Amino acid sequence: MSVPATLDLTLLRPILDQYAPQGRAGLLPALHAAQAIYSYIAEPVAEAIGRALNVPLADVHGVIDFYALFYRAPVGRTVVRVCTDPACWTRGGETVLAEACRLAGCAEGETSADGALTVERSPCLGLCNTGPAVNLTFNEPAPARSQSFGHVTPDNLEDVLAGRGEPPEDYIGGDLCIVTSLCGRNRRMSLTEYHAVGGMQALRRVLGLTGGPRLAPLEVVDLVNRATLVGRGGAAFPTGVKWDGAAKAPNRPKYFVINADESEPGTFKDRVLIENDPCRIIEGAIIGAYAIGANRAYFYIRGEYPRAIERVLAALAECRRAGYLGENILGSGYDLEFEVRAGAGAYICGEETALFESIEGKRGFPRIKPPFPATHGLFGQPTAINNVETLAKIPYIITHGPTAFHQFGTERSTGPKLFCVSGDVARPGLYEVPFGVTIRHMLDDLAGGVIGGELGAILFGGASGAFADARHLEVKLSFEDMRAAGLPLGSGAIMVFNATRDRREVLRRLGRFFAHESCGKCYPCQLGTQRQHEVLERLADGRALAGDRARLQDVGWTMTDASLCGLGQTAASAVLSAMRLWPDLFPA
Amino acid sequence: MADVTLTIDGQPVTVPAGTTLLKAAAQLGTAIPTICYHEHCTANGLCRMCVVEVEGQRLLQPACLVPAAEGLRVQTRSERVARSRRTIGEMLAASVDLSQAPELQAQLADYGADPERFPEAERRARPVIDDNPMYVRDYAKCILCWRCVQVCAEDAQYTFALSFDGRGYNTQIGTFFEKPLPETACVFCGQCVGVCPTNALKPKREWLLEQGQTPDEIMAQTRSGRRRKRG
Repeated sequence: MSVPATLDLTLLRPILDQYAPQGRAGLLPALHAAQAIYSYIAEPVAEAIGRALNVPLADVHGVIDFYALFYRAPVGRTVVRVCTDPACWTRGGETVLAEACRLAGCAEGETSADGALTVERSPCLGLCNTGPAVNLTFNEPAPARSQSFGHVTPDNLEDVLAGRGEPPEDYIGGDLCIVTSLCGRNRRMSLTEYHAVGGMQALRRVLGLTGGPRLAPLEVVDLVNRATLVGRGGAAFPTGVKWDGAAKAPNRPKYFVINADESEPGTFKDRVLIENDPCRIIEGAIIGAYAIGANRAYFYIRGEYPRAIERVLAALAECRRAGYLGENILGSGYDLEFEVRAGAGAYICGEETALFESIEGKRGFPRIKPPFPATHGLFGQPTAINNVETLAKIPYIITHGPTAFHQFGTERSTGPKLFCVSGDVARPGLYEVPFGVTIRHMLDDLAGGVIGGELGAILFGGASGAFADARHLEVKLSFEDMRAAGLPLGSGAIMVFNATRDRREVLRRLGRFFAHESCGKCYPCQLGTQRQHEVLERLADGRALAGDRARLQDVGWTMTDASLCGLGQTAASAVLSAMRLWPDLFPA
Repeated sequence: MADVTLTIDGQPVTVPAGTTLLKAAAQLGTAIPTICYHEHCTANGLCRMCVVEVEGQRLLQPACLVPAAEGLRVQTRSERVARSRRTIGEMLAASVDLSQAPELQAQLADYGADPERFPEAERRARPVIDDNPMYVRDYAKCILCWRCVQVCAEDAQYTFALSFDGRGYNTQIGTFFEKPLPETACVFCGQCVGVCPTNALKPKREWLLEQGQTPDEIMAQTRSGRRRKRG
């Protein structure tokens, strides 16, 4: 194991000095920084952090234990996380995991005898278009660094483990090129390049620097309202309504949060946007923060996205140098500071209130709503929190106006939309289209058709979504058409499975995902995700018990009806939809 | 505060605005089952046993948290409500040892919950932790109601000796790096033992009696323990 011979606590001093002023809110960054030095968080390290940040030691322990990327015990010099969720499974993720275990000579979840390798089965890494995907943490030399790779096979795994893998490259396509106009070059586009396509003009317009009058915050909200932009993270809540609530909330200070904790299996659009064109998201966020009157913004990026974190930091530095951030932005008198926060391996933190808890240095337990973030958000203050793709639309809406935005899509689903297509299609990738194209157009014309057999099943909206099949190919991809067909649009994930795939195997993976990711707060989800996982394991293994169908129904509806947050409320959605579509899969 | 009138199971009831549905129902003599709820602890809406159906709401609502409002129409034992309560009870019985939680057993019986509903279920079987002279922690009986953590923290004692290990189904109440309680911030106030609904936290004496020791044997141990400490 990579256990330091002696734990040199003096190395911790700069970290404690840096984060102590933040108190508890500095806990996750401090743990990340400490783990990067020591490769795990030993007891004396945890104790020193707790004392310096004034966090009860039991709570430090609880936080470390909650997040999958934090370790309390020594790990290998390299930690390899292999995704075996449905999209990567179709590309051979299981064989990669088996090979990793063979090379290490240990089982998943364990460390090789020589301490070289810790092997983990990972939930979705957001690289579904380039699967099978692995994420590696190289603990030596310290400080540790993480990197993800795509198209990993048992044959090239040894090279990948040596850091010689293929950095994932994303295929970008579709009928439109609005928010993806700078995506697809497989590098970060600089602020200069963003300027060249009119970037930051929306912010200049808002601040009255393009010849016209400066827009009042509520005028910005009004433009977004008139564009009828709804959130692209999955819940489809009107963005303008969120901003309006936070703008009118009387308390100060206010916060603006960018939710880049993209972890829904099958979803990778936010990763592509922030890796390729981060300045667009930053511009959208500055405008949003201005609209609600926030002077501080947090960019919360999932911990499994090391490249995205790096590129956002680089883009923020460029923006700061150019005067778009900090005090007195472009001479306007408006101040805004940005802080990047890395998640630490918890799907639940994509839930907005759990994300706030995480920034506050706590376990990612979702809060009871109401009260809502607009009045009681981060640190109990008025907060607006938006998904990355949502913010990517803001510059367009401000520059071109709501009417121009309405030219895309249908009457009730406006604007361009990103879809993440993965699984058994010829061209897995990110597709930008207007709302209202058919599923058939998406699969056949854009993604190149189903490969390896006839179409078997389509999973919409990720693990928390619902299944469709060939009967649904003419359904249009809009909120209203999908709703009428009983399908969720969700975050725009479309996972395709050909007819040779055992759908029960897909269900097993969804069940395992939720059992792994439930936070454990409310009983229906804490207990239900485990019971559902057990039944789905039996089903996939062909040893279902009499009564399992009824068990899945009762567990599923109890989670759906009675869970505290959206995770539990949708943890059975795909299973229940499969039971409706294909009752024969489930023995009574 | 102004009064509001709502309908619970078809019966009108008037309560001060802000009263929870749980208390409004109690005023009518309607008992709504609860597990995690405790009169003197912050309600967190964890167990969802108290969920009720509120007209116009897509999801079932936790009665311990939702305030009464004018014109609300509430059903406390609809089919959906009964299914959720029964299933929660069945899943709980498949996970932990409820043998010393008679109130919970009665609730399960009331909803026709079959404790054997989930065969082959992985139980949260954990060894008893006997690390101090005051009480034992038998987490095989723990239903994660959080009351012990809450009274140890802001709900009463401000000691912060307890938190959680793991997450999801594999959550367990724990101390800093699993240290024995005497090595933690614990002051042995006993409040956690007092609020535990399932006997997962149990006074040491009660536990030793269960193990078959006589009061004299227990007393003798206590004396020798004291002598050791003085010596």
